[in-house]
Order: sequence, then structure tokens, then C-alpha cells
Amino acid sequence: MKIRAQIGMVLNLDKCIGCHTCSVTCKNVWTSRQGVEYAWFNNVETKPGVGYPKEWENQAVWNGGWSLTGNSKLKPKMGGKFRLLAKIFANPDLPEIDDYYEPFTYNYEHLQKAPASKTTPTARMESVITGQQMEKPHWGPNWEEILGGEFSKRSKDINFEDVEKEIYGQFENTFMMYLPRLCEHCLNPTCVASCPSGAIYKREEDGIVLIDQDKCRGWRMCVSGCPYKKIYFNWQSGKSEKCTFCYPRIEAGDPTVCSETCVGRIRYLGVMLYDADKIGDAAGATDAEDLYQAQLDIFLDPSDPEVIRQAKLDGVPESWITAAQESPVYKMAMDWKVAFPLHPEYRTLPMVWYIPPLSPIQNAAAAGKIDSDGVIPDVTKLRIPVKYLANMLTAGKEQPVIDGLERMIAMRAYMRARNVEGVNATEVLERTGLDEQTLDDMYRIMAIANYEDRYVIPTNHREYAGKTPFDNEIAFEHRSSCGFSFGNGCSEGSSKVSLFGNPTHTNTLNGKGQTK
Amino acid sequence: MANYINQFFFGIYPYIAITVFFFGSLLRYDRDQYTWKASSSQLLSKKDMRLGSNLFHIGIIMLFFGHLVGLLTPHWAYHFMISAGTKQLLAMTAGGIFGVICLVGMVLLIRRRMLDARIRATSQPTDLPILLILFVQLVLGLLTIPFSAQHMDGSSMLALASWAQHIVLFRGDAASFVAGEAFIFKAHLVLGLTIFLVFPFTRLVHIWSVPVQYLTRSGYQIVRKRG
Repeated sequence: MKIRAQIGMVLNLDKCIGCHTCSVTCKNVWTSRQGVEYAWFNNVETKPGVGYPKEWENQAVWNGGWSLTGNSKLKPKMGGKFRLLAKIFANPDLPEIDDYYEPFTYNYEHLQKAPASKTTPTARMESVITGQQMEKPHWGPNWEEILGGEFSKRSKDINFEDVEKEIYGQFENTFMMYLPRLCEHCLNPTCVASCPSGAIYKREEDGIVLIDQDKCRGWRMCVSGCPYKKIYFNWQSGKSEKCTFCYPRIEAGDPTVCSETCVGRIRYLGVMLYDADKIGDAAGATDAEDLYQAQLDIFLDPSDPEVIRQAKLDGVPESWITAAQESPVYKMAMDWKVAFPLHPEYRTLPMVWYIPPLSPIQNAAAAGKIDSDGVIPDVTKLRIPVKYLANMLTAGKEQPVIDGLERMIAMRAYMRARNVEGVNATEVLERTGLDEQTLDDMYRIMAIANYEDRYVIPTNHREYAGKTPFDNEIAFEHRSSCGFSFGNGCSEGSSKVSLFGNPTHTNTLNGKGQTK
Repeated sequence: MANYINQFFFGIYPYIAITVFFFGSLLRYDRDQYTWKASSSQLLSKKDMRLGSNLFHIGIIMLFFGHLVGLLTPHWAYHFMISAGTKQLLAMTAGGIFGVICLVGMVLLIRRRMLDARIRATSQPTDLPILLILFVQLVLGLLTIPFSAQHMDGSSMLALASWAQHIVLFRGDAASFVAGEAFIFKAHLVLGLTIFLVFPFTRLVHIWSVPVQYLTRSGYQIVRKRG
């Protein structure tokens, strides 16, 4: 047994209102630079839909994640080491920028400088890349917002597999949900595995996956390797970039920017202890439907004295073990089993988990009543098909999702009975096998969701942290510039002409400039 | 005067070019690794990349190793297996085939870099010039084939190999081996040395970083310890 700690995240989709605050605050902090205008380390998609980049979930198109070989060994789906290197000159699995969208700005200057005319001047779209005028955008990080676009296109969504999807194209039966997405900081990341330079690594102390910007040579295999398409190629620097899980904030015990600013209070951060020796076995489960359970099996109970003893031996600090015992992520994933991994079938063992959304009972309006055993409504009659959620969260296995949804409904029914009707609904406890204490905890953490219950983040030990930009005043100075992780700054040198090449574009996202 | 020019370009210039090649690369690697990259533009436009880039790279890699082995292997190491004339024929054939493969790829890439608006806008100032230099060098290389065909005994090849071997072994008077050769060979040599000279200041530095260590990496995952 080799115990490692990981900061995990849970998103309670039942409470997501799709406001994109997480995306915008993330962008302001991390991707407001030239070359990554098109990149959204966090974006919110409306499901059903094919998402951003187009059809990212369809690995028949992009070959992301892992596949099992004949003798049950794990291999990146895009190929083993030789095959992968053979793609280095031209990578057939790489999305083109149009699969995301061509980044653009507006010609605001025209509004001030336009000559007198009968009509008000307009600020036209300009491509950030070419500087040329663009007619209209064609795709984006939330293109299918609130079911935008035709059903025929959105229904290419791979989560419709084994679902009779045609009826969901009818207005009366339509359904939707929001899916905020970020890097999963996987336990078995394919991006790390597919990087020929060895520039991507997982941090031992907190599991955050980062790209060493100096070591990256821009071979762009990680973009294809990541099945979530959460690695973005910076077309200006020629290097790949990704969600950093706001590691400077995590190190200081603060939640990530997306979590901190979430107005729906849907995000949770907490420590998970796991057995690193079992990663290969868990990710290599033969039947994809077993992958969810396999991942649960490698998580360790932080209250178990044997686990605590071993964790200390393996160098997990005391404060992290204590945090793991309080972890809201552990409670929701392990104790209550209401949170699930996103697409476990990619075999990356993702560490950003999702609580599926409840939805209205499908036939309630038509029948005038709700199918129910008198205690809990039949969750298979929910407007969002359980199979759709299962395809997204448990590789198609429906029972865990059904159980999770029932527990969420039970919590609501129990608390409603207590607070509105003033009765103790013991039949709910009997029906679901949950005790009063558990439902109280679920209510406190999932419904009330106080700040200190959502974020249980131990600080990184200062002696390991080294120098960070927050040590001095350079943080503000570096806003919207090249960032603080790039070795010798922007490396532009002091003379105007650099021997090794200057950026060809200026930043259009700092409020200062036009493209060219 | 002719002797001076010959001495400069084939006796002195090689050392200037190679020195800048090594120290420039070292300096850039040490001081400016953030600029050290393959500089792929595939994300912005994949058209012609699959064919163009693959043909170009396969061709040029084979040509590079062909030159490396062909020029630097001493005559005594192979003459009992293969005669100079046969070796020359082999070099002309292989060079011709891979030269044409490389040429096709390069034409596609040059067209893409000159005509695609996105690629043009994001090109570094050195991107197109280095591509054109390589193109001219390749054409010069292909043009040497008919000149070689005029004397199939391998004498020119031996003279050029002797020059290269004298240069790398710091033996004096390397330039005299080249003095009597056809102009096309000399032009090919000088431009070749120039590529070494400008190498550290262009995207060519990615050649140093051929990720062979990926094949020997144990397993797939990388975990970094703190500190």
C-alpha cells in the first residue's frame, strides 16, 4: 500500500444555475493572454449537446483516454509509445481551432473614430489571429446554451447511447442540464502518459496535474491524450496549457477561483486518500461498468487507524489526514454515494466528481399524479433519463445513479416533512436505509452548503512551498501578462529584437489593445 | 583571391558556423527555454499538414542521416565491403528518392505558410526564411545528382567526405579537398553550413529535443515530489 493524498472536487449539478461565473472568473485569472483567448480552463456546457470542442466526449473521433489491450493492459487509446511518436509530425487526433472557435475581439476604436453617418457605427468582429474582419462566430464554449441549435445536431451527444433519443427532441419531452467542466486532475492521466517530453506531471503532495512550461516542446500529444479535451495548445507560445486547479490558492488553503466565485455554491473541495499501488488495477477493470466501483475501492477510509499509520509513513502530513476525515468530497463520494466520476470509461480515474441533477417527474403533469411507492417517487420517471446520466457518470450502469438520486429525494422529503409538516418521516428512513444523523449531515452540507463545509483545504506546508508570486507585489503587475510560471518571465529581453523570437501578437484581453 | 575565398568558406566558415550552432543552442536552452519548441501550427490549420509535414520530415530525416553517415564514415571502414563507385550510386539513388519526397512535402508546407492567413499572421520572422533556405538547399542537393553522374568513380564523393572528416577532426588544409569541385557542390556546402549558423535562432532547435527518451521512460506516469 502506498498512500497518497489528492484534492478532489465535487460539483452538485442539482444546484447549478448555468450562470458561467466560474468560467468568467477563471478566464480573467488564467487565460486572459494572447494565444489562449479561445481556451476556457473551465466552461459550462448545456447537455444534451456535443460540447466544446465539438464532440469532445466521442473518443471514436478524438482517441482520448485509455484502451485495454488484448492482455488487459492499459494503453493510450491514440496508441502505444511508438505509434504515438509516429504521429508527431502531424497529429491526426488533434482538434483544429474551429472545433473550439476562432478567437475574436471587436473593433471598438471604430465607435470613437467613425465619421458622421446616418446610422450608428457598429463594432465589427475581428479575428484575434489574423486581424481580419469576421462575419459571425460558429462555435464556442457554451454554444448550445439552454438547448441552442437544432436537436438533430445536439443529439449527436454520445450520452444518448441506448436511449430512445427521438422523443427527447419533442418540445413536451425535452430536458436539459448544465455541465461545468474543468481538468479532472486524474489519478491515471493520459495527458501525462502521452507527453513525449515528460513535461506534464502529477504533484505527489496534492495530486494536481501541471505542465512544466519550460520543458514542454509543443509536440501536442497531450491535447489528444486528454479525453476531456481540457489541455489547450497556446498557439502563440507553442506550448500546451491547462487548468492548474489554482494551485497557488490551494497551497494557501483557499478554494479554486471557480469554486470561490460559484454563486450557486455547488462546488466542494476536500482531501481524498487513496492507494497509489492500486491505480493500475482500478483503471484496468475489464468491464467498463465496474470502473466506478473500482475507483471507489482505491479510496481509503481516513478514520481507519491502519490507514492513518500508513499515511504518516508515506509522508502525508497530519493536517492533511485531519482534513481527509472532514472532507466533503469523501462524504459525498463514499459515505452517501451521491457523487460520481465523469466518464469513468475513459479509465483516467478522474477526481472532479458530479452529483446528478434531479428533474421534474416526467408524466406528472399528464397523469395529474406522481408515480411513487408513497414515500419516494420513482426516479426512473424523472424528466432526465437515468440512462443518460448513467452514460455520463457511471459508464452506463444505472443502479448507482438511481440510488444516488433516491437518497437526494429522500433527504428532501425528510427535511420537508420535518420543517413544513412538523413530523418525523420515519418511513423515509426505513425506505432508504439512511439514519437521521446522515440526512442531517446531507442537508447541512448539500443544501445549506456553508463555506467552511464546502471547502476543507489544508494549507500546503510553507517549508515546501518555495517562493510564490503572492509573496510580494508582483501579482497585480502580472495580471493578464504571461503569468508567473514561465521561467524568465515573458522572455522578451530588453532589446526590441530578440534573437530567439518575440510574440507575434499583443494581448487583446487586457483592455488595452487591438490585435494588430 | 580564389584561394582566399576557398580557404575562408571551407576552412574557416565551418568553424564559425559550428561554434555558433553549439553555443547558440546552449545559450538558448539555458536562458530561454520557454521559446524552445516545435512551434507547430497544426492547431490553426490542419490542411496539408498530414501529407506535407509527414513527407517533409521523413524526407529530411533520411537525408540528414544519409549525409551524416555518408560524409563522416572513413573510406577504410567500408572499402572492403563496398567500392566508392557503388557507394556513390547508392547515395545518389537514396538521396534522389528522399529528396523528392522531402521536396513534395516542402512545397506543400511553403504554400501553406505563404498563403494561409492564420499561418502567415502567426509566423515568427524566421519561420518562412528558414523554410525557404531549406528549400533552396534541397534543390541544390538534388541538382548535384547530374553533376555526380558525370563521374561515377566516386572521386567527388571521396573528396567531399575527406573535407568533412578533416573539418571535424581539426586537421589542417581541409579546404584544398573542395577547391577543384563543381560550383554546385560548393554552393550546397556553404548553404548547409549557413543552416548550422542560423540554427539556434530558428525553430530548428526542436531537433535537439527529439523525444527518444519517451521510448525508454519506465511506464507512463510521472509524479513529481515537492521541494
